[in-house]
Amino acid sequence: MNPKRRQKLALIGLLVLGVGAAVGLTLFALKQNINLYYDASAVARGEAPVGPSFRLGGLVVVGSVLRASDSLKVEFRLTDCEREVPVRFQGILPDLFREGQGIIAMGKLGADGVVEASEVLAKHDENYMPPEVAEGMKDVDACRAAQKAMAKALEARS
Amino acid sequence: MNRQLFIPLLVFVALCVLLYQGLSMDPRLLPSELVDEPVPAFSLPALDGGATLGAENLKGKPRLLNVWATWCPSCYTEHPYLLTLAKEQGVSIVGLNYKDEPAKARDYLARLGNPYETVISDEPGRLGIDLGVYGAPETFVIDAKGVVRFRFVGVIDERSWNKELKPVLDRLQAEQD
Amino acid sequence: MIPELGHFALITAFVVASFQALIPLWGAQTGQNRLMAVARPAAFLQFALLSLAFACLTQAFVVNDFTVAYVAQNSNSLLPLRYRISAVWGAHEGSLLLWALTLAGWTAAVALFSRRLPREMVARVLGVMGVIAVGFLSFLLFTSNPFRRLLPDFPLDGGDLNPLLQDFGLIVHPPLLYMGYVGFSVAFAFAIAALLAGRLDSAWARWSRPWTTVAWCFLTVGIALGSWWAYYELGWGGWWFWDPVENASFMPWLVGTGLIHSLAVSEKRGVFKSWTVLLAIAAFSLSLLGTFLVRSGVLTSVHAFASDPVRGLFILGFLGVIVGGSLLIYALRAGGVRSEGSFELLSRETGLLLNNVILAVCALVILLGTLLPLLSDAFGWGKLSVGPPYFNTVFPALMVPLFFLMGAGAWLRWKRHGLAEWFRRARFSLALCLVLALGLTLWLGKKPMAVFGVSFLALWILAGVWIDLGDKLKHALSWTAGLRRLSRSQWGMLLAHAGIAVCALGAVFTTVLSEEHDLRLTPGQSVAVADYRLAFSGLKEVDGPNYQAMRGEFQVYEGEALLTTLYPEKRAYTVNRTSMTEAAIKPGLLHDLYVSLGEPLDGGAWAVRVYYKPLVRWIWLGALLMALGGALAVSDPRYRLARQQAKASLGKGVEAA
Repeated sequence: MNPKRRQKLALIGLLVLGVGAAVGLTLFALKQNINLYYDASAVARGEAPVGPSFRLGGLVVVGSVLRASDSLKVEFRLTDCEREVPVRFQGILPDLFREGQGIIAMGKLGADGVVEASEVLAKHDENYMPPEVAEGMKDVDACRAAQKAMAKALEARS
Repeated sequence: MNRQLFIPLLVFVALCVLLYQGLSMDPRLLPSELVDEPVPAFSLPALDGGATLGAENLKGKPRLLNVWATWCPSCYTEHPYLLTLAKEQGVSIVGLNYKDEPAKARDYLARLGNPYETVISDEPGRLGIDLGVYGAPETFVIDAKGVVRFRFVGVIDERSWNKELKPVLDRLQAEQD
Repeated sequence: MIPELGHFALITAFVVASFQALIPLWGAQTGQNRLMAVARPAAFLQFALLSLAFACLTQAFVVNDFTVAYVAQNSNSLLPLRYRISAVWGAHEGSLLLWALTLAGWTAAVALFSRRLPREMVARVLGVMGVIAVGFLSFLLFTSNPFRRLLPDFPLDGGDLNPLLQDFGLIVHPPLLYMGYVGFSVAFAFAIAALLAGRLDSAWARWSRPWTTVAWCFLTVGIALGSWWAYYELGWGGWWFWDPVENASFMPWLVGTGLIHSLAVSEKRGVFKSWTVLLAIAAFSLSLLGTFLVRSGVLTSVHAFASDPVRGLFILGFLGVIVGGSLLIYALRAGGVRSEGSFELLSRETGLLLNNVILAVCALVILLGTLLPLLSDAFGWGKLSVGPPYFNTVFPALMVPLFFLMGAGAWLRWKRHGLAEWFRRARFSLALCLVLALGLTLWLGKKPMAVFGVSFLALWILAGVWIDLGDKLKHALSWTAGLRRLSRSQWGMLLAHAGIAVCALGAVFTTVLSEEHDLRLTPGQSVAVADYRLAFSGLKEVDGPNYQAMRGEFQVYEGEALLTTLYPEKRAYTVNRTSMTEAAIKPGLLHDLYVSLGEPLDGGAWAVRVYYKPLVRWIWLGALLMALGGALAVSDPRYRLARQQAKASLGKGVEAA
């Protein structure tokens, strides 16, 4: 083999090795970091895994937000207008976090059935509904209106 | 001609075909509805703890089968209007309490009022699945022979009642007479 | 009447672009000078018409013409004038118009500065740009007309601009980004023109180099501005989120960076030409993909795409025609290209090849992470998201070898470089970098792995710059004389590489060494952050033009000395009832102090974020250095000279440097 050819082969070998390593790393990282999405019903039915983190979407149930009085701990429930799932979070909620608003929480399901959120996302748009959340519901507006109506109905009766 | 040079083009075309196929699928297509089919056979307890109910309990006269649950916020919205329909217009409504806890459901009716003739308690959600229910509230119009004639998804209010449900029910009433 | 005038100008521009696309290309293919001569005037006319259309839309915003649907959706009479103007490109329709205008601007610039280029080349380049313009203008006219009227029922006042966009950063960010995105269309058009002519020579590479570099500079500044904006405006101190929108601009940047280097090799050594063309196609295709991903709404949901099938199908069709068409031309015409030079394993060529491969792999990896959720959703594999940790694992892992190569390879000679010689020159710097990095790591005493890694690599890049400088000055009489004799493009490369080092240092240090506290504070309380003490002294209500705000007051003490007072705000925008966090920042070259208000809690307390961010400004400073380097390289008189020579000796690939 002449030296020229050998060098060319070496270069190609180097490239293959490098790209192969990159592909391996990519697949590994992907496997670790893909977060599945579940709606509240799926979590309530026990379809979401206990342990790995996933994304949970839904409307913040009206009247469910409880702030601790001495820390930034907060608890609330998310609903997809079928079932509700309790969520715990510690930290500052985004500007648009509000009761009746569609949000996405990223977190892990505990053995007690509560989702420990590490991150809470709400977009900067009054009419925005995270797409996954919107798709899980038939009629977003009706559902949102219903949240408000429910708050009123319960208030009036109690 | 150098064949290798076609590789990028082929990769791109394959990607486009995949993307096009993916995008033209509509994931929200509903399972075939049961319109003009008899209500599937079932055997479920009544919510008030009485008799076991079956499809034959839905025969005899045209009525509404209303799917509801306490976890369903829109049901709270719909509820007052159902009361009006039952009390003031004499509409016969059977409730299907779907995937709910019977105790909570009984409490709901006791507090908010009961518009239903009977309530079928479908805790495991079997009948709901057989009916193709994919949320609540949903309301089926059923004729005297126990055949589903119309399916309505969403909250019943004055407008949707007069526009969509009432005409169907009136027609069924006329068929029977 | 003015919106109708704008609409009319848009339609006319579409017709002109169609002529510009068809006639010159036909003329170049058949060798008819008269047909080719259409290209230039058509380019200028198209630019004039689109400027007119853009001015008409701007006017509609300025005078609050809410009969125009787009104005009614995105503006409000309370909105300050400067934001009414920037609202023109605040949403889908207007930003597409800006895109088209930018394309027309680049086209006109090519028409203006290409007097020395052969006629066929100009005709083809402008023709290809005309094809792109036709696609965009028809998309505008048929699916997203910004001049649509709401008559006779128009609202008395508008829906207001998204408060997030009511900010200086967002006034300038999209136009700069578009200048970059669209600028790659010039490199693309040159590549396609060269393929069509069957003439992939050094002259082609030389002509497209300055255009590519200018576009790359704009894109660099655009991305940096976007990152800076996110940092101060989103209220939680992040500067890069691996958000699909950011990735959409970052992928063309990576490929564009590869393209700049690959063009240099193609010009000077006559190798990698086929690869360079492919990169030019890829850079622009990714720009297109980015624009559409962001603009079509397909990223937020595949079904946004399905819900407006006309737009979606148009986008897919357009991408298919442009990208598929160019790849077809590539497959048919690039076959005849032969490498002119040869090189050995250790040589500048190899270094640049590896640089290209890593950058391309990097872009692919990001593309995969960006599109995977979309693909998975489309095929019903379930909804999933690829989180920032994916990117944060893969991207740095790819940057380590890239940065090492930058330090090791920037001063390699063309064709061949002896291994022994390389080691003799490098060993001192290598040792020095290792020692300095180790010293810095020990001194800081935190996060040793990341700190050591990034400081070694950054120093190593700078060492590469230094060795390169030494080589260039070897034969000079004195340092000063030598420095003065350095060409601008050499300065440009040195600056840009130093910029990368600065940027990498900033990014890693901020990421691993930031102190972040989310706290519950009542007025009167204070909190210690790094060497500072922040005292929360109170809140008061203030009124803005279209919002009301709660303004917090925080005194910053270092020891006992009062340094400054920070006023973070929580704003409630009246029209669309959204609330917004306005962070207060004490900026510094070495670190920022960042305070933002969360939400009010019981008992007069507030949730407050207090961040200490070391070297965060270096990220943007580095990007500015890179862009400055690019600008210097473009201003090198060699290009003007080179163009004259190129005309004289066309096709021979004479080396001008």
